Amino acid sequence: MPDSVCKIDVEIKNRNGLHMRPAMLLVDIASRFTSDIKISNEQTSADAKSIMQVTMLAAAAGTKLTVTAKGHDCNLAVEAIKELIEVRMFDEEGRQETVQAG
Amino acid sequence: MKIADFVCAKAILPRLESVKRDDAIKELITALDKAGKLGKDNFADVAKAVIKRENEASTGIGKGVAVPHIKHKAVKKVVAAIGVSATGIDFSSLDKQPVYTIILLISPSEGDQHLQAMEAIFDHLQNDNFRKFLRQSTTAEQIKELLIEADQNPSW
Repeated sequence: MPDSVCKIDVEIKNRNGLHMRPAMLLVDIASRFTSDIKISNEQTSADAKSIMQVTMLAAAAGTKLTVTAKGHDCNLAVEAIKELIEVRMFDEEGRQETVQAG
Repeated sequence: MKIADFVCAKAILPRLESVKRDDAIKELITALDKAGKLGKDNFADVAKAVIKRENEASTGIGKGVAVPHIKHKAVKKVVAAIGVSATGIDFSSLDKQPVYTIILLISPSEGDQHLQAMEAIFDHLQNDNFRKFLRQSTTAEQIKELLIEADQNPSW
């Protein structure tokens, strides 16, 4: 059975961006899945299981990245990563958002 | 954390003699050892640990730099050595390019210093000017001044 490929876009939402501590959280989550996972900006593609590669992306708050997972659990992998980045925001402070009316 | 605070001045080698990865790593560890940073009789163990870590996954992160690093009981405080190679060294880097600048980091086994030091190193290495000036430096003094400058002006 061919490997499934899952791909989603994410946006870095925590104020300090993807520095080393969030990178470690990301790698921790990515490493739980058997899928091959990459996280990329326009120039570079990092192995989501490598702290150094992820840190080198140096993605600041607001940066949009693409997560691509290849394997049986690719769906779970991309969902978990999206949750970490956009919902949990790496358990850090978010950027200052303008308050929406209503 | 300021990079100038943990880089050992006597372990700044602006002209690495080694042309191979493991030799360069040993050259830098030797410098730290001679500067008294590794306690007693730890050279062989530290060298073995750094090379083992390097074999697990290359620290050649691209753009001509490598950041071999370990935690080891030989040190109580985080310490780093810097080496610049004129010829370029094969580190099996991600971008398949040779490495011209090596920042070797040894951290204590316990505590948070490792993360802070790695962040300081990575922050500076993001900066194109920092990497360029580091590679162009010809003396240890120049490199030391560059580190101080970079700590003071993180966004130049």
